[in-house]
Amino acid sequence: MSKSMQDDAHAEDQVDNYRRKLLGGGAALAGAATLGPGVFFTRIASAKPDDQAASSEVRWGFLIDTNKCADNCTDCVTACEKENGWGSGSADEQHSRADQKAQWIRKVTVRDNRTQHSMTLPMMCQHCAEPPCVDVCPTGASMKRPDGIVLVDKHICIGCRYCMMACPYKARSFVHEDLEHQKSYAPRGKGTVESCNLCVHRVDRGEIPACAEACPEKAILFGNLNDANSEIAKRLASEASTEIRGDLRLNLGVRYQGI
Amino acid sequence: MKPMTFREIAGTSKGYYSLLGLLGLLVASGLGAAFYMEHHGHWVTGMNNQIVWGMPHVFAVFLIVAASGALNVASMASVFGKTPYKPLSRLSGLMAITLLLGGLTVLVLDLGHPDRLIVAMTYLNFKSIFAWNIILYNGFLVIVAAYLFTMMSRPANKYSSKAGFVAFIWRLILTTGTGSIFGFIVARQAYDAAIMAPMFIVLSFAFGLAIFLLVLFASYTWTGRPLGDFLINRLQRLLGLFVASALFFVVVFHLTNLYATEHHGIEHFILDGNNVYTGLFWVGYILLGSVIPLAICYLAPFRASLGWTATASVLVIGGGLAMMYVIIIGGQAFPLQLFPGMEVSSSFSDGVINSYTPSLPETLLGIGGFALALTLAMVAIKIMRFLPLSLANADIDPHYDSAEKDAA
Repeated sequence: MSKSMQDDAHAEDQVDNYRRKLLGGGAALAGAATLGPGVFFTRIASAKPDDQAASSEVRWGFLIDTNKCADNCTDCVTACEKENGWGSGSADEQHSRADQKAQWIRKVTVRDNRTQHSMTLPMMCQHCAEPPCVDVCPTGASMKRPDGIVLVDKHICIGCRYCMMACPYKARSFVHEDLEHQKSYAPRGKGTVESCNLCVHRVDRGEIPACAEACPEKAILFGNLNDANSEIAKRLASEASTEIRGDLRLNLGVRYQGI
Repeated sequence: MKPMTFREIAGTSKGYYSLLGLLGLLVASGLGAAFYMEHHGHWVTGMNNQIVWGMPHVFAVFLIVAASGALNVASMASVFGKTPYKPLSRLSGLMAITLLLGGLTVLVLDLGHPDRLIVAMTYLNFKSIFAWNIILYNGFLVIVAAYLFTMMSRPANKYSSKAGFVAFIWRLILTTGTGSIFGFIVARQAYDAAIMAPMFIVLSFAFGLAIFLLVLFASYTWTGRPLGDFLINRLQRLLGLFVASALFFVVVFHLTNLYATEHHGIEHFILDGNNVYTGLFWVGYILLGSVIPLAICYLAPFRASLGWTATASVLVIGGGLAMMYVIIIGGQAFPLQLFPGMEVSSSFSDGVINSYTPSLPETLLGIGGFALALTLAMVAIKIMRFLPLSLANADIDPHYDSAEKDAA
């Protein structure tokens, strides 16, 4: 081979090497950028990674102590409104009448006229293990996650309102008009049905529902019913609690004390 | 019985076009109302988070129930061999299809997302009676269309008994599914009863026949075709039988509820409340919708009278709509019993009787569905051979010749 041809071959090798190093370095960088956040930025504590499905090893629920629930307090309602963007937490629903406006959680006053005893309690979706709303939904939009949270798939809800007929707790609301100010993590949508979803977006981040966090008396306890070491499980094991309309045998995720 | 000739009606008279125009106007206003509701959202209606099913559902359920009942006349001919009804089978099948289409149209157009109908047809939760109903209703349309084909196409005539049998069984399952929409709801005091399914089946007999009779009488009277009193008499007594049977089921339903102390609240609300539901039940369904039609159908002075039978049919239809209102709206007006025996109140209508005022758009939608069913029937009898040329006694009565000889 002549010297000029050797020089050309060497120059080509150098370009090839340079290209290989560039591509190799770029690939390494891309790999690091892809894998790194998963290694370094994942919260270690109790959050569920986004791509991991909810698991039936966990069952989320509430224990609500009505003895601690203050009569004139609606902090849980206000917190839910602000968190999920309905009621006073939203500028929407200006056209709907009062009886058409959504309500995900409400304070109910219960008075026994025979004994004159009166109390208040927060009422929301009871996250039944055997939800009538899921049974009756024709499309399966009303669904139950394996971890017990009952919610509505906003993509396939056709707005037939059969779930609202079937719910024994009047937990569901229908969206009667266009909405402009929806939270991206809590889509509502005109013409679909909605209800308390246990602040699923917060739970999946390892936080607790807004109502439980906001209650000044700590009357609402949130936790994993399946974890024997959780505070909620320990209290349920040692103290009496009741399901509302327990005769329906729906196996509720929400239990009350003092009713 | 002589061979029957079926002929399209002329359908060129001023009366025909006037009625078609009026019905068309009602259909158009119903469609306009549906668009208005869908565009703005349900805030423009009287429905709310307490009364979630309103006037559209009253009409839709009534029409769907009547649709299955309208097939009765054909079933009696094909399945039970009652030959005098055979000439009426085609109209019976036609009314079954058009009434169901009218009811389904109202139901679909009232959805929060009617644009997601394809979702409803492709995502099916088979624990839901609604999902089963989607299959049952669409299947009914196909089966009755096939049944009509076997009746109207000479080479297919030999299959009409089998097709009729399949249609008969299917409509029993379909109406069971419709009654079960309410019967399966454990949450509400007014529902959660197994009897609702058979009750709806027998109500369908009465409602369906009543509408069928009005269409039959109008078709013959207004086109000058003969309709003999032999058939009128039989149909009149049949209407009476169905009204009585339906009344039996309604009475048993309420008597059973009255026996259970748990249900005294809802029974007092419906039967003895100071509200619209009590009035609609006693005056609408019992008096106007049952007792007076029974008197018309069975008492001698009204025997074999087309006018009186038509009157009874109108009353049965009115009573039927009243009954649907009491069941559907009344059942929602009564509050859910979360704390039995307690006085309950909240910012979300707990513990109170829920109020409902039907709005114009939703009422127009309901009426539009009824008008659609009648419009389709009117057009069908003009373009295809659904109606016999003559239903005179000579053509229908199997004993006509011997009766003539006896009289001579």
